[in-house]
Parts: sequence; C-alpha cells; structure tokens
Amino acid sequence: METMIMRTGLWLAALVFAVVAFALAADWAFAVHMVICALAAGIGLIVTLRSGDAAVLAGGVGPVPDSGRYDDQVIRWAVIATVFWGMAGFLAGLYIALELAFPALNFGIEYINFGRLRPLHTSAVIFAFGGNALIATSFYVVQRTCRARLAFPGLARFVFWGYQLFIVLAATGYLMGVTQGKEYAEPEWYVDLWLTVVWVSYLAVFVFTILRRSEPHIYVANWFYLAFILTVAMLHLVNNAAIPVNWFGSHSISLAGGVQGALIEWWYGHNAVGFFLTAGFLGMMYYFVPKQAGRPVYSYRLSIIHFWALIFLYIWAGPHHLHYTALPDWAQTLGMVFSVMLWMPSWGGMINGLMTLNGAWDKLRTDPILRMFVMSLAFYGMSTFEGPAMSIKSVNSLSHYTDWTIGHVHSGALGWNGLVTFGALYYLTPRLWHRTRLYSLRMVGWHFWLATLGIVFYTASMWVAGLTEGLMWREVGPDGYLVNSFAETVAAVHPMYVLRAFGGLLYLSGAVVLAYNITRTILGHNLRDEAPLGGAVFDPASDVPLVAATAR
Amino acid sequence: MTHDSHHTPAGSRRDDATGTHTVGHEWDGIEELDTPLPRWWVTIFVACIVFAIGYVVLYPALPGLNGATPGLLGWTSRGTLAADQRANYASHAKLRAAIAATPVEDLIRNPVLQRAAIEGGSAAFKVNCVQCHGAGAAGGKGYPNLNDDDWLWGGDIGAIWQTLQHGIRYPGDDATRSSQMPAFGKDGILTAAQVQDVVSHVRVISGQEAVSASAQRGAALFAANCAVCHGANGEGNRAVGAPRLTDAIWLYGGDRDNLTETVTYARNGVMPAWSQRLDPVTIKMLAVYVHSRGGGEVTVPPVTPPSP
Repeated sequence: METMIMRTGLWLAALVFAVVAFALAADWAFAVHMVICALAAGIGLIVTLRSGDAAVLAGGVGPVPDSGRYDDQVIRWAVIATVFWGMAGFLAGLYIALELAFPALNFGIEYINFGRLRPLHTSAVIFAFGGNALIATSFYVVQRTCRARLAFPGLARFVFWGYQLFIVLAATGYLMGVTQGKEYAEPEWYVDLWLTVVWVSYLAVFVFTILRRSEPHIYVANWFYLAFILTVAMLHLVNNAAIPVNWFGSHSISLAGGVQGALIEWWYGHNAVGFFLTAGFLGMMYYFVPKQAGRPVYSYRLSIIHFWALIFLYIWAGPHHLHYTALPDWAQTLGMVFSVMLWMPSWGGMINGLMTLNGAWDKLRTDPILRMFVMSLAFYGMSTFEGPAMSIKSVNSLSHYTDWTIGHVHSGALGWNGLVTFGALYYLTPRLWHRTRLYSLRMVGWHFWLATLGIVFYTASMWVAGLTEGLMWREVGPDGYLVNSFAETVAAVHPMYVLRAFGGLLYLSGAVVLAYNITRTILGHNLRDEAPLGGAVFDPASDVPLVAATAR
Repeated sequence: MTHDSHHTPAGSRRDDATGTHTVGHEWDGIEELDTPLPRWWVTIFVACIVFAIGYVVLYPALPGLNGATPGLLGWTSRGTLAADQRANYASHAKLRAAIAATPVEDLIRNPVLQRAAIEGGSAAFKVNCVQCHGAGAAGGKGYPNLNDDDWLWGGDIGAIWQTLQHGIRYPGDDATRSSQMPAFGKDGILTAAQVQDVVSHVRVISGQEAVSASAQRGAALFAANCAVCHGANGEGNRAVGAPRLTDAIWLYGGDRDNLTETVTYARNGVMPAWSQRLDPVTIKMLAVYVHSRGGGEVTVPPVTPPSP
C-alpha cells in the first residue's frame, strides 16, 4: 500500500512537472515533448491506481510474484516492440534510400526531408529495434543462465516503458528538427537525462539478477551483456555532456567543441557500434546459437580471451573515423593500430559461434533458424574484417566519405545484427507464448532468402558506389587538375542508389514475412500446414528458476 | 596433447562429436568445450600486435606533455599534404606563369596556352560555377546557358573576363556590371492590365502569339517604357545587360506567367565578383574555358565615336 502511494505520488509529480514545463516552454518542440511526457505520466498514474484497486481489494501489497516461472512479461512486450520498431526503421530506411536516388521524394516538406528522416532511421534500427531486442534477450538469457527470476520486477517494467518513451521523444524530436547534431546521439539534453535514468535502472535489474543467480559461474553471454550496459552508460554520459540554453527549451551547447568534440563524438560513435551492436549482440549469439544448435560452445578459453581482448581494444579505435582531419596524427595512428589489433578479437566471436556447429552442421539443411544464425555470423566475420581494413589510412583515404562506409555499416547491421535478432525472435516467440512451434518454419526460410538477397544487393551496390566515388573524387588529369565535379560523381552512382533501394525493399519484405509469422504465432492461430522442418527441442518443464525446480 | 591427459574438472565429460572434453559448467543446458585457442587465430592476433608496434615506432603515435613521438619516418599528414600540393603546383607552374603573363585576348590565339587554360578553367568551373550554371554549363532558370552564342553582357573574351572578375550586380565591387530593370507592376508604373499588354507584345515579337488588341496596346507601352534598354524592336542591349526578346532563349521563361512575373517584379540576377575569391590566373582560365564552350565571339576593336 505504501509503495502504491509513493508510486502514485511520483507519477503525479511527474505529471505536474510536465504540465508546468509545457506552460513555460521556450519553443514549440519542447512544448510538444512535454505534452508527450504528461501523457506518459498520466498513463502511469492511471495504471498504478487501477492496479492499486485490485491490490486493496485482495488485501495484499500488489501482485504476488510467481516464483515458479521466469518473469517473461517484459520480454513478451519487448519482442513485440522489436518487431514493431524494426518495421518502422526498415521502412524509414527504404524511404530515405529512395530519397537519395530520387530527391523529388522530399516533396519540399521539412518533416520528411532526408536530413530529418536519416537520424529517425538510424535511431529506429539501432536503438529501437536493436535496443528492444537487447532488452528482450538480455532479460531472457540472464534469467535462464542464472536460473533466477528478474530482480526488481517493477523496475524491469519501468525500463521497458521508459525506453519506449525515450524512443518516442527521440523520434518526434527528429521530425521537428530537434537535434544536438551528434551522429547516433542526436536527442537533446532532456531526452538524454531521461535515458540515463532508464539505463541505470536497466543496469540495476541486470546486475542484481546476476547477484541472485543459482549458478556458481556467470555465463559468457552475461559478461557481454554487462559490458554492453556498463560501457553504453559511460559513453552516453560523456558524449552528451551539455549545457541547456534554456531549462525549458530543446536546445543545448555541448561541453566539448572543435576537434575535442569530434574525438569524443567518435569515441562514442564507434563504441556504440562496439558495445551496443557488437558486445550486446555477441551476448545474444552466445545463448541462442548453442541452444538452437543443441551443441556445447566451441571453446571456453577463446570466449575468455576474445572477450577481454575485444573489451580492451574496442574502446580505443574511435579515432579511425577522423583520419585525414584536424585530429592530430598521433591520435589517428593509435585509432588505426587499435582497429587492426581488433580484427582477431572480433573474429573470436565468429569462430566460437560457427565452430559450435561442429557435430551439428547437418542441421543447416533442416533448420532455417539455425541458418539465420550462421549467415549472421558470416556477415559478422565479413564486416569485422572490412572494418579494420578500412581503418588503415591508405585504404581510408579512398573509402572515407564514400558510400563504401554505408555499405560496410549495413553489412554489419543488416547481416549481423538483423539476422541474429530475427533468429532470436523466432526462437523466443513460441517459447514465450507457449506455442508448440512457430506458425510457419517454411516462412523463416523465405525470410532468410529475402534478407540475404537484400543484403547482397545493398552491400554490393554500395561497394561499387563507394569505389566509384573514391576514384572519381581523386582523379587528376594530365595537366594536374581534378577531372570530375561533385555533381558528376553523384550522377555516376545513381544506378547504385536505385539498386541499394531495391536491396532495402527485399530486406523489408523479409521483415514483413517475419511480422506476419510472429503475429500469427502470438495470436495462437492454427499452425501453417506445411512439410515439417527441424528445430531446437524445447522442454517447458526445465525452463523454470532453480527454486521452482527444487520445490518440484 | 590429448585431453584425457590433463586434469578434468568436476562435471566434465567427453563430447562424442568432437572428442573434446567440456569444462564442466552448464547453464540452461549450454556446456562449453575445452578447445584450445586456434593456432592460426593466435598467430594472426600476435602478427597484428607486432604490426601495430612497428607502426607506432615508425609514425607519430604516443602523446606526451610536449607533443607526441614523431616516429622514425618523420612523417606528418600536414607535410604530406604540403608536398603533394607543391608537386601538383609545380606540374603546371610554367604554364600558369605563361598564362599570367599573357593578355587574355592573346591566350585564345596561342593553342598551347589555350588548351592549358581550358583544362584548368574546366576544373575550376566544376568547383565554383556548376552550382548555378550546371555541370555541363547549360544553365537553368535564372542562370544563363554558357554553351550558346546568346550573351547578356557580351561574349568576346574580354567581356567574359570582365564579367568573371567583377560579377553582375555584385555588392562591394565598384566595377561590377550593373543595371536595374524597374519592377513595373509592383512599383505602380504599369497597371496589371498594362503589364499583360506588354507581355502580349513581347510574346508577339518573340513569335509565340499572333497580334491581338492587347499586343497592339502593349507595343505603345513597350516603346515608352522598355525600348530604352531592350531596343525599339526588342533586340536587346549588351551595354546594360538587357536581353534580346525576339528569340526563343529565355533566362526566366517566355511563357505568359513567367513574363508577367518578370515585368511585374523585375529579376536583376546576381553573379559573384570572382576576383574577390579566386586568383587572377584561375579567372583567366575560366574566361578562356567559358569562351571555348561554343559561343565565344571574336573581339571587335572598340569603335571610336566620330568627333563632333
């Protein structure tokens, strides 16, 4: 009861604060954001009061946790959110790809021009799609591998809903032109503060669940998840340090400017890739690949060595984003050599993933989900080789500022992050909703081919476009003058931009198949009538915390 | 090394598919094998580290209180850039010097210098001019096509050079080409109906419309208001940059809507004075390049007006 009163008071205070901030707003975008915050606080207030009614009637202190099962409610929400934001992010990506090929699609409307939709796309796929996938899988994996329920169930729910509020504030901000102009860290100061609160809560839930574990050791997946959560917190705080221009306005000035600001930004930006998209997703890989393959992890020693090598080396590689700029030469050198040394530690994850299939390679013929994981690891290996190669200065002088970079990022994002997430979603959905299997395994196969072909079109066209741009920009005629104007290089890559958009369309189509399949599985529709395919066996009786298992 | 020979931790078992032992832990059914690090992996990792150390020794790398270690090679990115620029400049320094020393009228009579100037002008055009005049110099609405022989302010090499140096209606350059067409409609010099009549007349003399009552009224208005610059028959006047109105070439469009806008508000387009931004040799090369595009005219010696 006291908890309920305290929570009600908190929501009420948040509501009042949002209304006051709305009234004092210095600009209309901030006012819109405060309306969104007030709505969120209002919903929180209503939900708290309604649950309170039931609690009072029952004479208890709130819903009694069911310690006989894992706490999967948040995970189910996060699975749905992953699919939803994924569709939104892929669609935005396809649209901006078409805008690049056919600029008329900007329609002269400020809200949908490339400059505003581009951060919407990147944030939607990285933070909304990827972030929800990480929340879902980390909460799932940490419970299973610790054989313990989530610590602080209420806080875990706050993490999910608070994170969705962050996504909505960030996305609406981009459309209204609110940005602090830092790539992958575009949201303004008040949204950053909110994310800090959410992220610290996430860390607390995760760490305290590990502390409650019933296993003697911490599984490698959880090391990676923990490294991801901790490092992202540090990166976020340092890169977003800023002074608001107005306490009730949507504009701030970064504490670091000039080349220092650029270095901090790319220390952040590169480690968003390293810890969000690599370490976090390796955590995912380390659980789902051995589970789906039904095989032991290839090498415990490799997992330890490559974990620590990756964590130690990644954090220094950021300066390779600033080759041939005002950044001092020594910092460029260090950024490059740390990137080169990062090659093998990155590949450690690929080896441990792929070689886990030793003794189970035949399953690739019959298990489309396992195929998804293997293709994901293949793209992980390719992009983590391409990355160090592109960080070498002589390669970078050709690749920098070209579409090669865009192709590189997407071979990692679509191939590695996308496919491993799809595989995890296919693994999780029937288990979380207690279905015997997915609505259709054949459709997973269709998704696999649509996604793979889409990535091939995307990366191949961007390689060609990038090399074309790089070579045309530096082409010097016999008299020592540049041969091409910038506009001519844009015209030259136009066909590649169209092919890229086609690749994106294929990838989005695959995601539509996924959304359809997952939706029908969740709704519990009759399984699709199809020739059977293989898959990992699931024993619901063993999928319980240790307390419940020993009680039985 | 066989895996049976070293001590096996509690819970360890031999995995049949690989013949390797597990390390004995298990999480939610997941076990781990005690496979040693792949040798090729270790080898390449060490090789990368050795490469990194070597690179750090050779290049600027380790920061200290008074700057960073310079590296054994003494390489700097600024030094490389400066050397590249010097080499590039040296590769055409002789030609640039010759261009600088040659009057612009003579440049187009010297095939070697003309060709060099066209090369350099083409490169400079791609950086500085394409934004308005287009990559092929074909222009666009408000920006003249430089490939044809229709010139607003003159098309001989001297006139083009003058335009490039001082621009058109460019504030801050006293020698800029200047003229101002009045905003006939906006400033109330002509009524809206009169503007339409003038437009009708212009469309008649440009061969787009048949003679009408409106055009006949427009002819009188044209003679009173427009002929002073555009000429009695609309043939234009380069001294004031007044376009010829009798051909099919239009800077802002020859349809009724565009002409109405032009007569009502006037246009008075602007071009920068490039002498404030580019060096004299580059401007000369640009003049030769533009002159070479197809419409360059032969320089006519100025006619001395007969003394009274």
